[in-house]
Amino acid sequence: MNPLQTFRVALRAIWRNRMRSFLTTLGIIIGVGAVIAMMAIGAGAKAQVEAAFAAMGTNLLIILPGSSSAGGVSGGFGSQPTLTWDDLAAIREEIPTVKAAAPAMRSNQAIVGEESNWTTSVTGTSPEYFEIRNWPIALGTALTDSDVETGTKVVVLGQTVAEKLFGANSDPVGHVVRIGTTPFQVVGVAERKGQSATGQDYDDAAFIPVTTFGQKIQGGLSKYLSGQIFVEATSSESTSRALADITSLLRDRHHIPPNGDDDFSIRNLSEIAGAQAQGTDTMTTLLASVAAVSLLVGGIGIMNIMLVSVTERTREIGVRMAIGAKPMNILLQFLIEALSLSVAGGLLGVGIGVGVATWLAARFHWPMLIQPDVITVSVAFSAFVGVVFGLYPARKASQLDPIDALRYE
Amino acid sequence: MADPLIRLEDVTKVYQTGDVEVRALAGVSLTVESGEFVAVMGSSGSGKSTLMNILGCLDRPTEGRYRLAGREVQRMDRNELAEVRNHVLGFVFQNFNLLSRTSALENVELPLVYQGVSAKERHRRATAALEKVGLGKRIDHTPNQLSGGQQQRVAIARAIVGQPKVILADEPTGNLDSRTSVEVMSIFQELGRSGITVVLVTHEPDIAEYATRVVVVRDGLILSDDRREQKPAIVPPLASQREPGAASSTSPTSQRGDPSA
Repeated sequence: MNPLQTFRVALRAIWRNRMRSFLTTLGIIIGVGAVIAMMAIGAGAKAQVEAAFAAMGTNLLIILPGSSSAGGVSGGFGSQPTLTWDDLAAIREEIPTVKAAAPAMRSNQAIVGEESNWTTSVTGTSPEYFEIRNWPIALGTALTDSDVETGTKVVVLGQTVAEKLFGANSDPVGHVVRIGTTPFQVVGVAERKGQSATGQDYDDAAFIPVTTFGQKIQGGLSKYLSGQIFVEATSSESTSRALADITSLLRDRHHIPPNGDDDFSIRNLSEIAGAQAQGTDTMTTLLASVAAVSLLVGGIGIMNIMLVSVTERTREIGVRMAIGAKPMNILLQFLIEALSLSVAGGLLGVGIGVGVATWLAARFHWPMLIQPDVITVSVAFSAFVGVVFGLYPARKASQLDPIDALRYE
Repeated sequence: MADPLIRLEDVTKVYQTGDVEVRALAGVSLTVESGEFVAVMGSSGSGKSTLMNILGCLDRPTEGRYRLAGREVQRMDRNELAEVRNHVLGFVFQNFNLLSRTSALENVELPLVYQGVSAKERHRRATAALEKVGLGKRIDHTPNQLSGGQQQRVAIARAIVGQPKVILADEPTGNLDSRTSVEVMSIFQELGRSGITVVLVTHEPDIAEYATRVVVVRDGLILSDDRREQKPAIVPPLASQREPGAASSTSPTSQRGDPSA
């Protein structure tokens, strides 16, 4: 008896008791449905968090200068400039795990266009900044090294600023804007980046060369870099290595004794992203284990109904044996029946899970991500449940004595 | 013939029910040659059903030897027994034992399914077997759409479709009225004439009359074993009893078809 035929016999037996079969598979359907829906929403939330951190930049370290302490009041990180331009140069040159580093000095300034004005955060930085933040230029060009060297009066606008000053879908490249009293030429517009995880609009910003920032906005260059340094590590694995290296380099350069406190601090954003993702993972694991329990219960339901089916069809088993069915034929027949039930339940569950996840996502504006491997694993697991719980009834059927089975009323 | 088709040598069967030992067969020796039509008679509890189960390879003897078609049955495992039942034997039961809600054709195909015959060949052979028992026009009917006599004819078709050497029939007319009993018995008679060995268990003497040999069993022993002339067919040739137009490979008369058609 070939497998296809056994499968057809099994399907027919299931179809004869369709109501019963459906109710039996309900456990599996709900279990798989729950797994799919929960995993889809969990993965969606995780992807959203990851996207939010990726928007900030990948493998990103931010170095903040130290705090001032005056009259017992600590000013918080960044209140006292302790980082120098030489520190930046040393980080760029001496640490192999650093791919790029850029200064970022910020100030809120009014930008005046031809018809309107807009107050935004103006950042003085270097060309590496856009690379570190994964931030391509949509129109025109980015800042260049020569802009930084010579302190040219050029500006790259964020999308929001470009819209506020020039209107939507305009091309401001080549136009002149004023920041404070200084005219700047717009050389580029950065691509839309969206909101940060905390709702801050990344696109509400403008970027000028850091040297120009020092001269025109800060009012003269100083030895200190009164802002932050953005660092991109060469890979996510090397981020912590880069962090340790920068720490020891800066401590060395700032002549901090071994027991002294750092006069700077370094934020490791990939670590924060990891912690966030881990929280989502824990939640997903919890929900998945609840779903696994319901799959188990579904499996017991299948075993129960298969035992009923074997008892009901004892005579049929007897006839098949008298006619020449081997124990293995009978075993496979019932095993495939249990397997078909559980796989059908699994497939229905996938459909329902995807449906529920889509509905929830649409209804509550939750992110959702359907992962093909979760679907494969769920269906495979329900098949596994079918085999495990179908084996006992199938074995029982195959071990029946043909004479007893034929006499069974 | 050096090796008879069926040879039982001093076969006993003991059932253990609780503390009581029931000796269903107390040493039976029997040989059946190929082509014989044997009726096994006996009252209930005589051991004839046990004998039938052992002959049918559904059960193994407690002691003694059973050779069927040159093979030692008492040493076989469950798989080998299934194989023998599949290839060498054909069963006909008192209560037909057809699979319900399954068409006559599929019921008849079942032994071939376990023989691993291809679907096309199965269909051809099952159809031919059903035609042989006069049900060529009812291959799509399910058992509950058929009369008792027709159901038993499907069962006979199922028994012969695998081209067995022996057909074992356990009270095949027990659930049939006398008229359909006659129909069914004449099919067995024809099978016997065509060379298939038939062993039939019955307690009705007039059914046993169709056989060429009558073995009477009592208290687990063979009481008598008579060979005799087969009773001449008391019914007109089988084909005339069949549905009009049914084709038959066993009787040329059926080729006429229905004159009114």
